[in-house]
Amino acid sequence: MLVENRTDKATMLDIQKIRADFPILDEKINGKDLVYFDNAATTQKPLPVLNALANYYGHYNANIHRGIHHLAEKATSAFEASRKTIQKFLNARYTEEIIFTYGTTDGINLVAQTYGRAFLKEGDEIIISAMEHHSNIVPWQMLCEQNGCVLKVIPVNDDGELILEAYEKLLSGKTKFVSVVHVSNALGTINPVKYIIQKAHEVGAKVLIDGAQATSHLTIDVQDLDTDFYVFSAHKLYGPTGMGALYGKKELLEAMPPYRGGGEMIKEVTFEKTTYNELPYKFEAGTPNIADVIAVKTAIEYLDELGKENVAAYENELLAYATEQLLKIEGLKIIGQAKDKVSVISFVIEGIHPQDVGVILDQQGIAVRTGHHCTQPLMKRFGIPGTSRASFAVYNTKEEIDKLVLGIEKVKKMVL
Amino acid sequence: MTINEIQDELIEEFELFDDWEGKYEYIIDLGKKLPKLSDEYKTEDNIIKGCQSIVWLHAYMNGDKLIFEADSEAIIVKGLVSMLLKVLSGHTPEEILKADLYFINRVGLSSHLAQTRSNGLASMVKQMKAYALAFQTIEENK
Repeated sequence: MLVENRTDKATMLDIQKIRADFPILDEKINGKDLVYFDNAATTQKPLPVLNALANYYGHYNANIHRGIHHLAEKATSAFEASRKTIQKFLNARYTEEIIFTYGTTDGINLVAQTYGRAFLKEGDEIIISAMEHHSNIVPWQMLCEQNGCVLKVIPVNDDGELILEAYEKLLSGKTKFVSVVHVSNALGTINPVKYIIQKAHEVGAKVLIDGAQATSHLTIDVQDLDTDFYVFSAHKLYGPTGMGALYGKKELLEAMPPYRGGGEMIKEVTFEKTTYNELPYKFEAGTPNIADVIAVKTAIEYLDELGKENVAAYENELLAYATEQLLKIEGLKIIGQAKDKVSVISFVIEGIHPQDVGVILDQQGIAVRTGHHCTQPLMKRFGIPGTSRASFAVYNTKEEIDKLVLGIEKVKKMVL
Repeated sequence: MTINEIQDELIEEFELFDDWEGKYEYIIDLGKKLPKLSDEYKTEDNIIKGCQSIVWLHAYMNGDKLIFEADSEAIIVKGLVSMLLKVLSGHTPEEILKADLYFINRVGLSSHLAQTRSNGLASMVKQMKAYALAFQTIEENK
């Protein structure tokens, strides 16, 4: 029944019409139609987003907050409207709980260097998982070097799921922070973050969820999750690059020291002492990425108009179809077979290095990601140098998946 | 043969291919034919940084000629490496340092030299030249 419902919803989307919104899909690569399956790295941008960028620069480019002229006010309104949209998108309680960042990595570094440096001390334990992106490993390692915290790692099972029993064993009174990925970029696994957060809170630890791969696929409700921090990037969400957001519970953000110093984040500056601005501006030093902040509102509205549930249903359909078709290829093994997955398939082919797969698929106009996906410890866990990864977005089609299958057969024919 | 004569020969060979498949099949074939590098040289120190697949490069002097041996886990990279060895290995450090590797562009493989993290051919060439410079310095100081 559930599956039938899903299919009904999926068919509500007119994929050809959606494709027409993405001009890049008309590009020819090596003389062939582009098949873009690198959506987990970054999604393509629809026309409304491109227009929002051009419209800002063409009609109301101005620096925000400080100007009193017409353009400055228009830009400021659009900029702050975006914050409101993201608040709704994450279901945050307050608008000032949304801090604009340069992306997920920036958000994690912000929390590590402000909350982490202010509230964690020598011997405190930080828990991450074995499937983290380097951007959710290195900032914590840097913090550990600075203040003597200890990093603990939740292991991953053969299907690419977190071993929750092991997580519970790691938790103790020493645990002060847990930072875990919502959806694995390398495997597609959806982690049970609500449960992880609840368990962390039981021992009094704070939690950050890395939502980089989750926001384009799942509905996010930070209040329901009860997460302390949530970070994501706009460019994986049909929005522009160099822009993201950090959600933090208001009382935590208020208690945290500022991150970068500069304009906008101050209330008053004298050479003797500076007082800091209130939330969210305290964390937004310097002229922000105005155009991209404004355009992310359009990206979210675009996704909302399609209906996130419709998108998820359609992507699940693509995932199921691709999994079925790829598994028919002899010697191909899917890495990451979690029960809950988004539309990401990582695979290896016996006797062929992932880079060779990537190069020959590229010659056929098919863009996949190959390598370690910035998750070297995870690749080590599976004993492989890397994988080839196909990740699907709402504009992809089953016909394109058929091309991928033929493409892989060609790789095998040429290399083996 | 000089470095340029070898390059010209490679360019001629590639002119025979009218599609990408022939070209890549040829590169893959070169990769398969390249002798395996002995395990003793597959050390951490011999790994070229900046490649998506591991590439090992070993260099030594034989008389006044610099000899390169290399290997990779990826077959296309191995084929490309084989071409670089064919062109540069067995020449004097001075000749290697002066070499202008125009064949890469002419055979349509310049995308493999792009400054992206996914391929390390540029790092490979740089490392080969670094070896040439190091051995030249050693020879001069003898």
